[in-house]
Amino acid sequence: MSLYKLSVNDRDIICESGETVLDACLRENIDIPYGCRQGACQSCMVRSLQGPPPLAAQDGLKEVLRHQNHFLACLCYPQQDMAISISPPAEFFTEATVIEKTLLNAETLQLTLQCKDTMDYYAGQFVNLKRADGLSRSYSIANNRLHANKLSFHIRRLAGGRFSEWAHQELNVGDKLEVSDPQGLCYYLPTSQENNLLLIGTGSALAPLAGIVSEALHHGHKGAIHLFHGSREMDGLYWLEEMQDLASQYPNFHYTPCISRGDAPDGVAKGRANDVAMTLLPSLKGWRLYLCGHPDMVRQTKRQAFLHGAALQDIHADAFHVASATLD
Amino acid sequence: MSETTATLYEQLGGEAAVNAAVDIFYRKVLSDHRINRFFDNTDMDKQAAKQKSFLTMAFGGPNNYSGADMRQAHAHLVKKLGLDDSHFDAVVEDLAATLQELNVPQELINQVAAIAESTRNDVLDR
Repeated sequence: MSLYKLSVNDRDIICESGETVLDACLRENIDIPYGCRQGACQSCMVRSLQGPPPLAAQDGLKEVLRHQNHFLACLCYPQQDMAISISPPAEFFTEATVIEKTLLNAETLQLTLQCKDTMDYYAGQFVNLKRADGLSRSYSIANNRLHANKLSFHIRRLAGGRFSEWAHQELNVGDKLEVSDPQGLCYYLPTSQENNLLLIGTGSALAPLAGIVSEALHHGHKGAIHLFHGSREMDGLYWLEEMQDLASQYPNFHYTPCISRGDAPDGVAKGRANDVAMTLLPSLKGWRLYLCGHPDMVRQTKRQAFLHGAALQDIHADAFHVASATLD
Repeated sequence: MSETTATLYEQLGGEAAVNAAVDIFYRKVLSDHRINRFFDNTDMDKQAAKQKSFLTMAFGGPNNYSGADMRQAHAHLVKKLGLDDSHFDAVVEDLAATLQELNVPQELINQVAAIAESTRNDVLDR
């Protein structure tokens, strides 16, 4: 006698005793992707909308996915009625007002918004910013969770970038924007506080990484925290003093700015941020990684980190895909 | 359920063994200069999941292995990048080295290699 009701998208179905969520959906002809039925391929990952799913159904998933109640339908034997989502949830937008615009360097704008509603996000996540005509772009949140109503973003001006050019030149303090629900899995959770953290990013990818560093320090993270921020030349870097101050304040936080071209002044490493990091930190066994920036850099660094001993499930990445050419 | 002899998959340690092997195996494959170019543009998370499925199959565990899928998955590598017997041999070698590292008895390694071997013609599309 253990029949449970499953609410899947707009339908209610019954999951019979000894049946997995996947089997019940397939029996009811609900279109759900799947592969191995053994929890290996993770094709049938879905999300519980009413609290955590059975623990066994989250076997092998990344911590952040577990945290967001994702689970594998093929491993899930319900223990109560469940509501699940197969497709990604619809996006909700909230209204926000521009309260500050500051240039961080020649091409990067720090934009701060005051949101109408309190936002529930994690440092390192991103949102979609939408202007009145519907044009929208994804930007990472640059602050930590403490400022739930205020969000700041680092917006790099891209050649021909419709949104970024507009934000740099035409958007003014007092103007309104729409802000989507926070998204993405590249964020900090205050678990495994002894683990060392390695954060690598280029250009405006400092935004989510600085947010994560701030969040980790706020939670009193005990392991070492290494941040490598790279750019081609010195004028592409920013927040050097802020990060150096933070490093002198917290002995476990280490900051290395890197430039890949020209002469590096004192305190700045010469080379690409990922290569500098891998040279300085040859063994990444047990480390948690956060990689943000250009998709090629992210992909290459992921591989380097894995070959240096990091477990794949400890590597969190957010590749910045852009709609137009970068200034580089 | 009445079988008295454990399957190869069970003898090797079931899913736990696959989990232990997948990281070691995938690191070997990505570091192997003979074959790592085939993985230059792959999404690592997806590829690791595929490696896990492959090992489950090679260990004789539950799997949905179909020769047609294997052909389809590798056809572009055969056509565009010249995947051939020498590369297949390298993968089998890396697999054996992985199991040796995990102290699996040679006799079981031979059984695993034989299962992997049975996919050769499908993988090489002939």
